[in-house]
Amino acid sequence: MATTRILEGLGRFYIVLLLGFLYLPIIIMAAMSFNASPFYQLPFEWTTDWYQSLWQNDQLIAATWNSIEIAVITTLISTVLGSMASLALYRYEFRGKKVLQALLFPPIAIPWLITGTAMLIFFFGVGIGRGFIAILLGHVALALPYVIVVVSARLQTFAPELEEAARSLGANQWQVTMRVTLPWIMPGVIAGGLFAFAVSFDQFVVSYFLSTPGQTTLPVEIYAAIRKGFTPEINAVSTIIIVVSMALMLLTARFFKFGGEK
Amino acid sequence: MAGVQVANVSRSFGAHKALDDVSIDFADGGFYALLGPSGSGKTTLLRQIAGFDFPDAGRIAIGGESVERVPVEKRRIGMVFQNYALFPNMSVADNIAFGLSVRGEPKATIAKEVQRALDLVQLGKLGGRKPHQLSGGQRQRVALARAIVTKPRVLLLDEPLGALDKALRVDMQIELKRIQREIGITTIFVTHDQEEALTMSDRIGILRDGRMVQEGPPEEIYDRPQSEFAATFLGDANIFRGNATGFGIKLPDGTTIAASTGASVPAGAKASCAVRPERIRISTGAAKPDPANANTLTGRVSKRIFAGNNSTYFVDRDGQTLKVIVQNTGAERLAEGEPVVLSWSPDSTVLIAA
Repeated sequence: MATTRILEGLGRFYIVLLLGFLYLPIIIMAAMSFNASPFYQLPFEWTTDWYQSLWQNDQLIAATWNSIEIAVITTLISTVLGSMASLALYRYEFRGKKVLQALLFPPIAIPWLITGTAMLIFFFGVGIGRGFIAILLGHVALALPYVIVVVSARLQTFAPELEEAARSLGANQWQVTMRVTLPWIMPGVIAGGLFAFAVSFDQFVVSYFLSTPGQTTLPVEIYAAIRKGFTPEINAVSTIIIVVSMALMLLTARFFKFGGEK
Repeated sequence: MAGVQVANVSRSFGAHKALDDVSIDFADGGFYALLGPSGSGKTTLLRQIAGFDFPDAGRIAIGGESVERVPVEKRRIGMVFQNYALFPNMSVADNIAFGLSVRGEPKATIAKEVQRALDLVQLGKLGGRKPHQLSGGQRQRVALARAIVTKPRVLLLDEPLGALDKALRVDMQIELKRIQREIGITTIFVTHDQEEALTMSDRIGILRDGRMVQEGPPEEIYDRPQSEFAATFLGDANIFRGNATGFGIKLPDGTTIAASTGASVPAGAKASCAVRPERIRISTGAAKPDPANANTLTGRVSKRIFAGNNSTYFVDRDGQTLKVIVQNTGAERLAEGEPVVLSWSPDSTVLIAA
């Protein structure tokens, strides 16, 4: 009895430690974005100055919008293409399918630094160069394997008789996909889309290689700003992003709970 | 509604011949069972008729129209799957409505037809439920309602009762028969359960290794099997092997067995005789010989299994174990080890060409 209680206590302590380890730096950063001192000095003095000056920092705002735009487009393209690819891999037998499936996984493990260098060389070779299109293409390429892996995992739980049943009732391929298959794999598609968004929005290494001074993304811009000299505006923009992405995640979690099969 | 003709259909998967020159006619409005062990090709045949897969050779016609190259969605068939294959994201009513809805029927018509189908399978009030809220038997009914609501030309059932427990299965057999009679649809039913095939169908086709072994009404196949396989797969049978004598066979030990039904086999050729266990009379040596039961053998009871309304005796005779089923009429039961005389009529003996 006593041992159980001690173990339970240890378990709780561990969870508190873990959550603290994860969230404390973020909480401190968020707090400091509202602190008047630019050098993290205490006592805490409430201010929204940093948010106001962030509003005037055109470069940072431009980079943020750029990042969001690229992430959204990357998510759309890679989720649609990735889901279609997963369906094709699930439904059809064709020559080279095994090779194709095997080739999907290494890009996840190849260091982004190497992928980024390779893309830079390649894009210059084919005349795309650097900039918005290059970053977008790079992000889609990085995100695709994640989408395919997640959607394919969901498809493994799909009963192929459902498609056959739909066909026997007169549904054509399009109706089968839209009304039977897609509703089933939707949680996987959404999870894949989130992965794609995260891969793109978090992406620093590949973006760093492919961005130009005018066309850059938020992580690259933050890095450049920190190199020039740290300002609490970075805390402010980071806090906004954390709040927005956590809200997005929580919403998705809710959707999963109520939208998935139970 | 329409009949189905299958003519000389073959289908191979790699080196494996799943269907080998299969022909069978399913008359309009009949209830057919395709019976066979697993791997016999019965499901492959059903899938050819459904249109999930196309034959390498041969012809399939539904209502006189050649369909062997028509994909399933254009064949106007109804199919019930082994595990029901209900759409988990849709309600019962939406499941049933699916076929009408993809066809673009007006909403009012769909609602009316769905309710009629629900009533037919006696699930009138469950339209709003999700499949996972239903019992196995209810899911079965939904699958059936979904398959017939589109008024298909033929209803195909792939081991539809396999997942149900015994009592429910018997209920569903009766129910399925009732609905089939009510709408008069040609029904083809794949099963490996011989009892189900016997009790439900107007005709049975027995498949083995991709070939149609025998086809006909249940009584005919049971009483006059044309092969040892048909004799032992549909019901139990005692098989004797020997050489044909013209009116029966002569066993290697010289005993003759007279047979008055079955194939005609030229004298001297290898042949066998099949006798159903319930057709054999078992008695102690003291009983008087009965001239009607002209076939007689002696043996020794090696085992008796009592099953309430009947007993099964296993009788050892010259290295062969024969099976005899005796109704529980109150007569004296025989003990294990007892020497017995087996006798039966030539009318109960079917001659089978080897």
